[in-house]
Amino acid sequence: MNSQNYAPGSHPNLPPPKNLVGPIAWVRENLFSGVYSTILTLFAIYMLSVIIPPLLSWFVLDATFLGNTPDACVGNDGACWVFVTVWYEQLMYGQFPPEQIWRVNFAYFLALAAAAPLFLNSISTKIKTALTVFLLVFYPVVCFYLFYGGSFGLEIVETPLWGGLFLTLVIAVTGIVASFPIGVVLALGRRSKMPTIKTICIVYIEFWRGIPLITVLFMSSVMFPLFVPEGLSPDKLVRALVGVALFSSAYMAEVVRGGLQAIPKGQYEAADALGLSYWKSMIFVILPQALKMVIPGIVNTFIGLFKDTTLVLIIGLFDLLGTAQKASTNPDWIAYNIEGYVIAAFGFFVFCFSMSRYSQRLERKLNTEHR
Amino acid sequence: MTDQQNNRILSEDVVIRISEMHKWYGDFHVLKNINLEVHKGERIVVCGPSGSGKSTMIRCINRLEEHQKGQIIINNTELTSDVKNIEEVRREVGMVFQHFNLFPHLTILDNLTLAPIWVRKIPKAEAEATAMHYLERVKIPEQALKYPGQLSGGQQQRVAIARSLCMKPKVMLFDEPTSALDPEMISEVLDTMISLAEDGMTMVCVTHEMGFARKVADRVIFMDAGEIIEENVPEEFFHNPQNERTKLFLSQILDH
Repeated sequence: MNSQNYAPGSHPNLPPPKNLVGPIAWVRENLFSGVYSTILTLFAIYMLSVIIPPLLSWFVLDATFLGNTPDACVGNDGACWVFVTVWYEQLMYGQFPPEQIWRVNFAYFLALAAAAPLFLNSISTKIKTALTVFLLVFYPVVCFYLFYGGSFGLEIVETPLWGGLFLTLVIAVTGIVASFPIGVVLALGRRSKMPTIKTICIVYIEFWRGIPLITVLFMSSVMFPLFVPEGLSPDKLVRALVGVALFSSAYMAEVVRGGLQAIPKGQYEAADALGLSYWKSMIFVILPQALKMVIPGIVNTFIGLFKDTTLVLIIGLFDLLGTAQKASTNPDWIAYNIEGYVIAAFGFFVFCFSMSRYSQRLERKLNTEHR
Repeated sequence: MTDQQNNRILSEDVVIRISEMHKWYGDFHVLKNINLEVHKGERIVVCGPSGSGKSTMIRCINRLEEHQKGQIIINNTELTSDVKNIEEVRREVGMVFQHFNLFPHLTILDNLTLAPIWVRKIPKAEAEATAMHYLERVKIPEQALKYPGQLSGGQQQRVAIARSLCMKPKVMLFDEPTSALDPEMISEVLDTMISLAEDGMTMVCVTHEMGFARKVADRVIFMDAGEIIEENVPEEFFHNPQNERTKLFLSQILDH
């Protein structure tokens, strides 16, 4: 009670009262702050005690980890992780010839090696730019020759043999990388003052947004070949890739347009007043702000696209989920069909969650508002 | 002042010439028969009640707004729908906005060098040197690497002035540069503008700061309902207004 003894302007900073900090205070404030909160906490603890033990025993305690055939799992109530051991190669690479799998792994390695420095703060901007250019321009070419082959002494691996997580990544990454720039251009086009360009963009966006992806894939695989002379029709996978990219670019366009509309008019005017041309003001002033603003929406679209790749199953391409499903319906494994879906779910979760985390990191990094 | 011969002699250094310019928003006639000539080194203050079209008029000078009739010639380039002409005019005309409109995703230095590098094609090092020169001029060189969001309103407006100056414009337009500022920050911006005026910059300012008008203006223009009602040197304008509407306006803003 000596607080009134300080002269004005000389009051020191005092530590907070004891019951405001520490773990006990945290528990009291967050878990038992009132009657309802206490009831909810106790109920949650009860629910967890009901749910966790059976899950734990299925996933770990009663599960079978060792063995090479489904017989190893007979008699055990838990998961048969032997499934993963046996089907591993198919889940990862589909029917890719085993002696050629190093080509896929090498591409993974290249991507990781080139992408990892981008996350380090100590690397100079010049190197980062060079690596980004490599990843966006040269890496796809390298990948084409690695995966498909046909030159540099690599034998050709036809695309129907591609599958598993590998195929999922090929479709998703191509879709993401292609749909982003197309989407940005479409968004700018839709806001254009030139009526022809504006109309073309609106028609494009509304068309692709208006039809289901399954239809797109089905048309690309079944109907498209009917209209072109035999032998001229491109590979089924290529058609699917184009279909996915065109489809998701329409969604991307609308997300980006949302960002463009949220930029205050003053930013456009300031860029104009400085004499920046349309493209320069878009590239240096408007898009950096608009895209930053819609990162959550962009990543949302990417994640949606990543999961939509599973639909290629209907045109006979076996991605991660398709392979898992195929393996589960194998007569020998018919009793263990949950494992395949669990593994596929896990695979998708890892990638989608990573994208989500990365986007949050990016948002924090780009935030210049209140630093 | 307005006799024909005098005009012809001065026309060599006419930077802005607006003749019989009209503008409509839909059916609404916002600017009516605007005639204005600004000579090199002249400081013009435009005032008038809100909605009188003064902001719209100076926004027509760099084509942020389009005029529908009449002629605007800046530096011997006529403003038409030709994008080339528009960009040429904008390179030579600097503008300072009420709400600063700095680019929030760029540092102060990058805000200042963006247009010189990409519009004027000046090498980066040189553009940065120029930028630092003007930041010193507006007395905030130490903020160069911060972002606009970290600066006070007055500092942001001074950065905005420096950003325009980096383009070495022939004319500076000010669109109510102090209206969005906290009272204690107005004088730092006005001081910057006064020092700019003293250096001989051609300026057109839309402002309600009558003290500023008295101090630096060569001419004060009064607008109401989309027309230029009165135009005079500050001394005459403030002490001997001719038009009734001018008198009313002045009594409203000076009586406090």
